[in-house]
Amino acid sequence: MSIAQGTQPRHVPDRLHGRPTRILRSWELLLAGIAILIFLANTQASPYFLDPWNLSDATFNFTEKAFIAFAMALLIISGEIDLSVAGIIALASTAMGWALQFGIGTPGLIVIGLTVGLVCGAFNGVLVTRLGLPSIVVTIGTMSLFRGISYIVLGDQAFNGYPTDFAFFGRGYVFWVISFELVLFLIFAAIYAGVLHFTNFGRQIYAIGNNPTAATFSGIRVARVKMILFLLTGLMSGIAAVCLTARLGSTRPSIAFAWELEVVTMVVLGGVSILGGAGSILGVVIAALIMGLVTFGLGLLNVPGIVMSIFIGALLIGVIAIPRLIRLVRTGKAA
Amino acid sequence: MSITRRIAIATGLTAALMGSTAMAQDNVRIALVAKSLGNGFFEAAARGAEEAAEELGNTEIIYTGPTSTTAEGQIEVINSLIAQQVDAIAISANDPDAVVPALQKAMQRGITVISWDSGVAPEGREMHLAPSSDELIGQTIIKLAADNLPEGGQVAVLSATSTSTNQNTWIEEMKAVMDQYPDIELVATVYGDDLADKSYRETQGLLQSYPDLDAIIAPTSVGIVAAAQAVQDAGKVGEVNVTGLGLPSEMAGAIESGASESFAIWNPVDLGYATAMLAHNLATDQATAEPGAEIGMGRMGTATLDEDNQAAMSEPFTYDASNIEEFKSVF
Repeated sequence: MSIAQGTQPRHVPDRLHGRPTRILRSWELLLAGIAILIFLANTQASPYFLDPWNLSDATFNFTEKAFIAFAMALLIISGEIDLSVAGIIALASTAMGWALQFGIGTPGLIVIGLTVGLVCGAFNGVLVTRLGLPSIVVTIGTMSLFRGISYIVLGDQAFNGYPTDFAFFGRGYVFWVISFELVLFLIFAAIYAGVLHFTNFGRQIYAIGNNPTAATFSGIRVARVKMILFLLTGLMSGIAAVCLTARLGSTRPSIAFAWELEVVTMVVLGGVSILGGAGSILGVVIAALIMGLVTFGLGLLNVPGIVMSIFIGALLIGVIAIPRLIRLVRTGKAA
Repeated sequence: MSITRRIAIATGLTAALMGSTAMAQDNVRIALVAKSLGNGFFEAAARGAEEAAEELGNTEIIYTGPTSTTAEGQIEVINSLIAQQVDAIAISANDPDAVVPALQKAMQRGITVISWDSGVAPEGREMHLAPSSDELIGQTIIKLAADNLPEGGQVAVLSATSTSTNQNTWIEEMKAVMDQYPDIELVATVYGDDLADKSYRETQGLLQSYPDLDAIIAPTSVGIVAAAQAVQDAGKVGEVNVTGLGLPSEMAGAIESGASESFAIWNPVDLGYATAMLAHNLATDQATAEPGAEIGMGRMGTATLDEDNQAAMSEPFTYDASNIEEFKSVF
């Protein structure tokens, strides 16, 4: 490099690639491609797939789980996790069913469902942020604790007889085939994308996930942000509990069994790093659509549920491992 | 990674889905929905349904169900069956109420819906097939004891709790037909509370109090196993016959040791067979589900619907040394 050149203004890039390259290389585009291919495969595989009502029914396979996945995405980006979400659903639903015995109406039931969600979230949050316990251990414990209370209250019994106007939250349609739950899904997607990608709070979540110590020294109140995220996850589980209970019209302690794994799968498939610090809401939205399309598509072919789980598991490992494998092969060649 | 390579990966992942194509529509398609897959009882029922399909011809059985016994899992399954426009759905429900809206939607779209084994609330199905009825169970448990006592003798009942509705009803039904067996004397009814250890002690008590006891009837799957064990431990095999309602997997040892000559419970193969037959008859409009209707179940005879459109298939099936090997691995 000559001295003459040094006098010219230098261009120092602030990122390695321009916007178009980044979009082309993004995880979201890969996921969107997979979603489109699964959609096309489904239209080929079953003549019943392309029916507005059938597709509308299929959205119920993922909407409630996606509500929780949005909050879970934020929590995982911040470096924590909540495995008790399905337990919160069971407990919130049981509380609503119990309140029903005292003649409480729809608004009261919703308040109770959301409050139980918040209280459970607060319980997890306090144990993690105040006592400094690892969230995976805390929430494995509360997962059994919350559902255990439901089992003690209900045993092999069920609460039912929910009011008819309550059913709207799980079975209602806003317009033609657009269900209330689908509208709620879109609204939450927009809100969470806005919060994560366009607010200071969102930037703080990424900062904490990347390096909590550096975040603390940058003046971010780490414990407070994490507490808010646990509360949000609890609240979203409460909302999912309201919708699922309204859809089923009954509460059993086995309600939403093993959903925590599907929610975490949705988040990780959506490109959120399980180690924290990276991910987007758009990815989670597309991952939710993929999981809904796969379960519905394979359901139409009467593929047993366990094979669906295998497919989702393979998809998860595949999309995460393949890019890394390719990178390994490339660096291997370069060396 | 290049775009083409990304697409290549994605294509590979979805290739599995591309394989199959739409199938023919001529068959009567009956979906048999289990509480969950991987349960021997339901696998056996599916075998029975396949047997019915073979007998009927032009019938396809879709055996399906969720991976865990949840209502929401069954609703996903029902929705995909509605989307496929199957001709009939026969379901053993995880929750009698939660599946009702989904099943009502199925009925609105012209799908025949029946429940079997574990019923659905009446507004969510056309009919329900119970494996048996209280009356038939009561008659069966005393017959099991009497068949091995041609000379007559003393029998005692080991029940669950004194407040168990099912057991109390069956014992009442049994007493109602006792006059058909004049040589058989019911000497006592004791309660083991469906606990293995209490049932065992109560049986020991019976053996001491009634040294001439010939048979113990335990209409509970916990009690019958404990009673057989107590008889065996007391060295009274061959003197006291333990019978009642039990599960083949748990009773195989008692049959082998001779502590129990025979016992009864519903046969899942027959239940699946009868369910498929009923679903076929209703789906092809050869029968209508209404109170009092008599609907054919092939080799299982006919089902007569009561005022709630419920029917009982048959008396419980008897298991003894001749068939225990076959069923002990089933359920």
